[in-house]
Amino acid sequence: MLGGLVTHAGEALGNEQMVDDRDEPVAHLPVGSITVMAALVARSNPPDWVRAFAAGAVRIPAVDAVGLEARAAALTGRSIKKASKIAALRLAIECMDLTTLEGTDTPGKVRAMCAKAVQPDPRDASIPSVAAVCVYPELVAIAKHSLQGSGVKVASVAGAFPSGLGPLPTRLDEIRRAIDAGADEIDIVLNRSAFLAGDLARAFDDIAASKLACGAAHLKVILEAGELGTYDNVRRASMLAMAAGGDFIKTSTGKIGVNATPPFALLMSEAIRDHFEQTGVKVGLKLAGGIRTAKQSWQYLVIVNETLGPDWLTPHLFRLGASSLLNDVLMQLRMQATGLYQRPDDFTVD
Amino acid sequence: MTDPTNSNTDAAAPMAARSSMPGREPSSLFRFEYAPALESTAVVSLQPSYGLFIGGRFVKPKNGGSFVTINPATEAPLAQIALADEADVDAAVRAARRAFRSWSALAGKERAKYLYRIARVLQERGREFAVLESMNGGKPIKESRDVDIPLAAAHFFHYAGWADKLEYAFAGRTPQPLGVAGQVIPWNFPLLMAAWKLAPALACGNTVVLKPAETTPLTALLLAEVMQEIDLPPGVVNIITGAGATGAALVGHKGIDKVAFTGSTAVGKQIQSAIAGSGKRLTLELGGKAANIIFEDAAIDQAVEGIVNGIYFNQGHVCCAGSRLLVQESVAELVVSRLLRRIETLRVGDPLDKNTDVGAINSQAQLDKIRCLVQAGVAEGATLHQSAWPLPDKGYFFAPTVFTDVAQSHRIAREEIFGPVLSVLTFRTPDEAVQKANNTPYGLSAGIWSEKSSRVLWMAEKLRAGVVWANTFNRFDPTSPFGGYKESGFGREGGRHGLAAYCQFAEDQAGAST
Repeated sequence: MLGGLVTHAGEALGNEQMVDDRDEPVAHLPVGSITVMAALVARSNPPDWVRAFAAGAVRIPAVDAVGLEARAAALTGRSIKKASKIAALRLAIECMDLTTLEGTDTPGKVRAMCAKAVQPDPRDASIPSVAAVCVYPELVAIAKHSLQGSGVKVASVAGAFPSGLGPLPTRLDEIRRAIDAGADEIDIVLNRSAFLAGDLARAFDDIAASKLACGAAHLKVILEAGELGTYDNVRRASMLAMAAGGDFIKTSTGKIGVNATPPFALLMSEAIRDHFEQTGVKVGLKLAGGIRTAKQSWQYLVIVNETLGPDWLTPHLFRLGASSLLNDVLMQLRMQATGLYQRPDDFTVD
Repeated sequence: MTDPTNSNTDAAAPMAARSSMPGREPSSLFRFEYAPALESTAVVSLQPSYGLFIGGRFVKPKNGGSFVTINPATEAPLAQIALADEADVDAAVRAARRAFRSWSALAGKERAKYLYRIARVLQERGREFAVLESMNGGKPIKESRDVDIPLAAAHFFHYAGWADKLEYAFAGRTPQPLGVAGQVIPWNFPLLMAAWKLAPALACGNTVVLKPAETTPLTALLLAEVMQEIDLPPGVVNIITGAGATGAALVGHKGIDKVAFTGSTAVGKQIQSAIAGSGKRLTLELGGKAANIIFEDAAIDQAVEGIVNGIYFNQGHVCCAGSRLLVQESVAELVVSRLLRRIETLRVGDPLDKNTDVGAINSQAQLDKIRCLVQAGVAEGATLHQSAWPLPDKGYFFAPTVFTDVAQSHRIAREEIFGPVLSVLTFRTPDEAVQKANNTPYGLSAGIWSEKSSRVLWMAEKLRAGVVWANTFNRFDPTSPFGGYKESGFGREGGRHGLAAYCQFAEDQAGAST
């Protein structure tokens, strides 16, 4: 039950055929129609649901902003103490995509971050590794090499991140190159230009084509919720990204002012729950941008726990994309163990 | 959860379990348990026994009677409470009468100063009040902390603002105080109901004898201490404790000019007939059986939250609780499945745990009543659904309950249960929704859930209920009038309308022969 539609498609095709697919330019598939979707429908399970989605027959309930925000606030008000805090913080590390997405990223910086990803606290070997590191495609090979044998995944942004407005063939090529360099997971952005212009078929096709380009690699679709204007749009985009084959839906690039928020996390969790009820497919949730404190991390875990349930409290289905969060989590874990706050300099800056 | 022999078994999967987290198999789920997060009771200093607050002092009852108040979540006694009899009621009314002359003569802005002081002290001592409210009444600390106490303070602030502006509240009329008000309040929102009653009465220049419910007297007695702390003139507020007989003695006392009662419809009717012909003014805020109406175009997830808030807030001990769910048949299955899933996540237990969503039922008597009506629901053929959340061994608790397959004729669809029990009915058209919603002896509140504002407004006009919420439920604000139609009572509390219940008008008296 991992991932979305094309996971099944990939299994159906077999690996050889997937390699063939990846060698052929996908761009020849007409864009802005439902051709790619039709190709997926033929190979995926359950096709009826995608067809129903395309026909607008899948019910996407409205969102009441006041009620959504009130519920999110109630959930973030949970008081998480002692043993439950420690367990939550350890899980937050296990679900973390340690991220650096700066124009100034260098091999040296990425190597240092990878070392931290494998062993977050050199003084405490019991601290688990993070789930993945997330980098730009040019640095995937460095990360892959640094993480060899660790089990930590390499995630790469691709597809003209963060705008998503490069030519589609270029975006798909970027995905394939990142995978060739060793990426296990690909984070692309929703085509907000098409989505906000009302061209949902095109937004859908871009994702579906990206999923084909990913092959066996997991695809995370960044909605950039802070740019979509309404909660209704965030729900619609969530359903679209899942229908098009996203294995994860992700809140944000971290490149704009409004990133992951509790209401977005709650709303996208509800959309994932709806998709699961309609298709039986479990899609993951990744929250990214602005998550800096340990408290935020357990607040998000509470939202997922009480909306999607414990099935989603695993790195297979939940990720926190962050850079500075890890040290705050480590500091809080040390605080729980010793009763004292350590100096910031007691935790490595990488 | 960590079984090293299981590592790498997942290696074939696209996102295999890593060696650093051995055995993270689907069968060994991470269970996110919330450790107890108890609010400390150290902030509350309970006395072993409490007297009656008469004439600015705590005094012993004349016949020495008393009763014990308990914590319904533990059944442990909290304090000995004085039992007021007729002689004590008489003393309290005389104290209020003595204080009336000077209090009513005080300039509005001076009365306002006292009300502002009360409001500020409620804020300053908010934690103490909240903890005590949860200890004595069983409501979750997050509700007493975030709803009851802040709203009580807000009511005093609101009416403090009116005290020097009364002549602007009623155009062309000159408001005057009534005299002494006898006020009897229920156990579901003990401090908040005291605030609803006291604030407008005092702002208008009346003096008061207040009787809190016998199961929840403690925050009212703490409020009496606040009255001393802010130097409220003696006798302006008198607080007497006791059960039904004390309340009957108060409303029947010849020395009071006005009766305000919040509680059951049965008692309300008794009061109305007892004081008939006495010339006493009366406002009643009684029971309810509110319809919470969900249309197919509603924001379903938020509507489900609204249903939960409507019926499980304060264990359903809310006169305006949304105890009848009317859901459009086309989405009934979806809404009910969401709701049944949602009630499993309601955390029932210790009211002082900050993560508790549903606390203790207020008393053994109320628990018995809820059980009796739930049994009636089952006997009449409705389908019972209950949360599987484990209930504490001690104390009065009842699992969040939903009845489906309910007919309009069932007792659980007609009678006020005053507990965490929801009856689900369906409708097909807006007309049918209105008809079913209004088909009740009560008329206190209603809720409408729809994304279509024209329909919301159309419905609101046709619903015979004192409060109609749109896309929300159980929201209270001191500026908004609250009160009922039909057997839910008469008179309004809150806002400018709430002042009218505590005023008479010079113009009316000039025209009257009496």
